[in-house]
Amino acid sequence: MSDNTETGTTPADATGAAGAPPKANEFKRVVRVFFGRTLYVIGFVIVVILILTAIFAPFIATHDPYETNLREKLEQPSSRHWLGTDSVGRDTYSRIIYGTQVSLLIGFSAVFASAVVGMLMGLAAAHFGGIVFALIMRFADALMALPGIILVLLIAGLGGGGIPVVIFALGFGGIAPQCRMMCGLALSVKQNDYVLAGRAMGMSNWRMMLTQIFPNAFPPLMVGITMGIGGVVLGEAGLSFLGIGVMPPVPSWGGMVNDGQRYLLHNPMLSLAPGVAIMLLVFGFNMMGDGIRDAVDPKLRGVI
Amino acid sequence: MSVVLDVENLKTYFHTEYGLVKAVDGISFNINQGEIIGLVGESGCGKSVSILSVMQLILTPGEIIEGKITFEGKDLRQFEANGPEMRAIRGSKMTMIFQEPMTSLNPVLTIRRQMTEILELHLDMDRASAGERAVELLRMVGVPDAASRIDDYPHQFSGGMRQRVMIAMAISCNPMIIFADEPTTAVDVTTQAQLLELMKDLVTRLNTALIIVTHNLGVVARYAQRIYVMYAGRIVESGPSEEIFDDPQHPYTIGLLNSVPRLGEKHGTRKLVPIYGVPPNLINMPPTCAFLPRCTYKTAQCEKEPWPALRSAGDNRYLSCYVDVRGKQ
Repeated sequence: MSDNTETGTTPADATGAAGAPPKANEFKRVVRVFFGRTLYVIGFVIVVILILTAIFAPFIATHDPYETNLREKLEQPSSRHWLGTDSVGRDTYSRIIYGTQVSLLIGFSAVFASAVVGMLMGLAAAHFGGIVFALIMRFADALMALPGIILVLLIAGLGGGGIPVVIFALGFGGIAPQCRMMCGLALSVKQNDYVLAGRAMGMSNWRMMLTQIFPNAFPPLMVGITMGIGGVVLGEAGLSFLGIGVMPPVPSWGGMVNDGQRYLLHNPMLSLAPGVAIMLLVFGFNMMGDGIRDAVDPKLRGVI
Repeated sequence: MSVVLDVENLKTYFHTEYGLVKAVDGISFNINQGEIIGLVGESGCGKSVSILSVMQLILTPGEIIEGKITFEGKDLRQFEANGPEMRAIRGSKMTMIFQEPMTSLNPVLTIRRQMTEILELHLDMDRASAGERAVELLRMVGVPDAASRIDDYPHQFSGGMRQRVMIAMAISCNPMIIFADEPTTAVDVTTQAQLLELMKDLVTRLNTALIIVTHNLGVVARYAQRIYVMYAGRIVESGPSEEIFDDPQHPYTIGLLNSVPRLGEKHGTRKLVPIYGVPPNLINMPPTCAFLPRCTYKTAQCEKEPWPALRSAGDNRYLSCYVDVRGKQ
């Protein structure tokens, strides 16, 4: 209440002036809640470090991730090769650093694509109802009826691997859940008076969807999106492990785990190091998702 | 005075799983420029549905079955409910104030954004001038420190203040008519009086017609020039408000007035009489008068004949009742 001196000048209705809450900045509140928990901060820091690693990979890596050197193959960790080398002598540490780029690229693009498509479908279904609702939701049901892993395997297998195919396969699988969640949230948001008020103000369908329904339905979905990134990276690792994901020699964490498993007893670091990287990333995004939920969920406001 | 809105024989039915609900069953009313009228009745009698029908905001399973809605000489029913013509009228020439100020503003957008949106949409203003106009409007409705409060979110406003914002939004495009759907039901009595005075001042200044929809006779007594009393989807009595209050002629209106205390009445001089029974279920209504089971003036004719049509009962007064209650009270 720092601006008390200014507010006193206008004659006001008593309840309004006295009952006006202090000017709380919503952004500051979100930041305070988010950074109030150690785990969320750890998650956030991990994500930031991963993003920086991806951006500055050429400066952080010690070797060219594609450079083979058969004389130095399957070396144990040393001062020259911090995490050892693989079966063709490539530096494991550098490959993990460059693998961050691949993982994040796939994670962000697949989740972004599935979120945009899924949310648009869900919004349209909820807003227009009737035949539009039936068509979109039955399509989503059909997608959900297929076991996720089979759908992804099918697309990745038919597409023949490679980064774009992996993004498409994993993104496609994410559409149905996003669509269903958006549709459910939008249907409940639609019941609010302010949506009717928007119509009474002469808003068109599009304007209603974008300004009234979407912003109110989005915050809970943001949590799913953040956590979805971890899931997609895990999915990519799985596909690469099976050999239908990112194609060698492009460094991918899942592919590296796969490559290393044959030397698990001799040189466990080959599989272990990319495995830990995957784990850290998934943990980071999940914690960040939890933190975002706690910070933006209106139902938890005041509780935490 | 010219007639702004003329509604004739409006029927809005809802097709529900349990049957056809005749929420509004053939009502007619009109309002002149700058006039304030009251639409009074208990919950579920079709007050809100009537005004939502006029604005063509009825959603499925509801449907306007018949009726003529003439607004500024144009028949609104020729326009598609969500078409460009209706959208241009809604929010600019015909606006609405809702019952619940706590939920009728979008919680994730600032007041500025919500107010300028209407101005940009209907008056084609650019963002900067719309912002200035919005601050001016907030000052008009008595929001203190408007220039800084406009950037707040709805949850930072009290209920009364939010309703002021709703009023500011309703008058922002100089409307011809404002529908106020129970505008003061959700706020406390002192705020109620302030808001009603404010609305009255504003519509007088802007020469705007105002329809106050309420179940509270006290709210309309002082402000409305004419009153329509609704029961079970129909208008049962209408006329100038002093006459309705001084000389009610429909048994339902009499019942309503007998059940509320009046200011200045000496304690103990008059017993408050409730209206016995419950409002009728709007599905499968009997052909006879819907108020019959609760009526204390009923005659043999009422049991046999269908619900009477509105008849003239004096100057500017209309009544839907077979019984002449005068002298029987």
